[in-house]
Amino acid sequence: MHSRVSLLIVAAAFLAACGGSSAAGTLSPTPLSGTISVFAAASLTASFTALGVSFRTANPGVAVKFNYAGSPTLVTQIEQGAPADVFASADTPNMDKLTADGYTSGTSRVFAHNQLEIVVAPGNPKGITGLADLAKPGVIYITEAPTVPAGKYSLQALASASVKVTPKSLETSVTAVMSKIELGEADAGIVYTTDVTAAGNKVAGVQIQAANNVIASYPMAAVKGTANSAVADAFIAYVLSSKGQSTLATFGFLPAA
Amino acid sequence: MPMRRERVPIPFVVLAAIGAAFFIVPLIGLIVRTPWRDSITALTAPETVEALKLSLVASLSATAVGLVLGVPLAWIYARVEFPGRDLLRALTTLPMVLSPVVGGIALLLAFGRRGLVGSWLNSTFGVTLPFTTAGVVMAETFVAMPFLILTVEAGLRSMDRRYEEAARALGASRWRVFTRVTLPLIGPSLFAGAVLCWARALGEFGATITFAGNFPGVTQTMPLAVYLLVETNQEASYILSLVMLLISLVVLVGLRHRWLGSA
Repeated sequence: MHSRVSLLIVAAAFLAACGGSSAAGTLSPTPLSGTISVFAAASLTASFTALGVSFRTANPGVAVKFNYAGSPTLVTQIEQGAPADVFASADTPNMDKLTADGYTSGTSRVFAHNQLEIVVAPGNPKGITGLADLAKPGVIYITEAPTVPAGKYSLQALASASVKVTPKSLETSVTAVMSKIELGEADAGIVYTTDVTAAGNKVAGVQIQAANNVIASYPMAAVKGTANSAVADAFIAYVLSSKGQSTLATFGFLPAA
Repeated sequence: MPMRRERVPIPFVVLAAIGAAFFIVPLIGLIVRTPWRDSITALTAPETVEALKLSLVASLSATAVGLVLGVPLAWIYARVEFPGRDLLRALTTLPMVLSPVVGGIALLLAFGRRGLVGSWLNSTFGVTLPFTTAGVVMAETFVAMPFLILTVEAGLRSMDRRYEEAARALGASRWRVFTRVTLPLIGPSLFAGAVLCWARALGEFGATITFAGNFPGVTQTMPLAVYLLVETNQEASYILSLVMLLISLVVLVGLRHRWLGSA
């Protein structure tokens, strides 16, 4: 997984380096400088690291630091005074909470969508074709706890498909579900499409019918009191630009609009 | 016995006060922020009762397993000279420094469904340990038993061995000497080791969630329940954390005289 992700990062950086200057020029007439801290949901780790590299190439005077964790953890950190300039959430409720508590500046913008996918072992040994197969006898199904956005979405998807299944475990993160599938402890789990993409050939993905699938929205906003709102706004604009969107697409995200 | 008053150097007092405050201030932070009005609701919630029950059963089982397997190991470390003893001791106390999550992964690689031993267990007996309460006990034992081993070994090394020799000379069998002389003599260390092991098992999080997963009533112990609550209902998680702290505090303070023995 790492080699594949780093390849993507290098590729993204290379693409940005090829035509970065014009994008920077349109974003901001005066050269940007300074450091910002971006607090981003854990599921954005690979894609935002790549975006950070290309944003920096386009704006040589800036530095972007990332802090990745579960969205609720990031909200707590920001509200307890952690120095954040930009917050990128994996769901709208967490962004809404931060906004309602008065910690964002400006309105948040949805920059990507993600959808659910069933993750299975390579070659799909249990022959899983859809949500209904998760309830088959002999299939060890795991998912995220309902407190985690992905866990909440997986419950919604199962309910809409009228599938009743008791998971063997309610993991605390998507990555925990992924590692248990990769290790062969469980037969199937529900994760995001981007996670299946990132894992490469270590796992296989089984699509969920569009009618039952849940589309997750990823909003981002500048944090109130940021010391460098010019760079913070520029980074948000960069993620929303066609260049940023195509980088996100290589990681399996659906476009913002 | 009254303690002799000693003159304490001022720098010691200052540093000791900082050291104590380092532990006490976070505790006060937790207590101040806890909404006591809601404590009854949080404590009587079925999930809480379930998690607490599972935590007690699993941590006590882990301590029992630790005693059965750990005391013989400690005895061998203390009494038998053999090549590679230091290496073996280091290996069996590795979980003390290993990240518990890595410990959980290691357990999966050994006892998981596709693991070195686990795949054989699965194909021969149809036994799978992950996602079961037995898996929780294994994870807790893995992380907690080293505390027992080291404490008991220290007890065995510092005891007066002449009592054992006398008993042997008087014709007692090895087993009889061990049960009637050695064990009572190292009683305080045995007790201290068991309590440390139990306390560590009670708080175990990383290895448990990695190896055994998280499902209410089966593998969701208190630390796991608290972790998930932090994300949704922080106040309730404070209450549950304090309950855990209270249980441990009562045990540690209450047993202090027993396991510090002669003090």
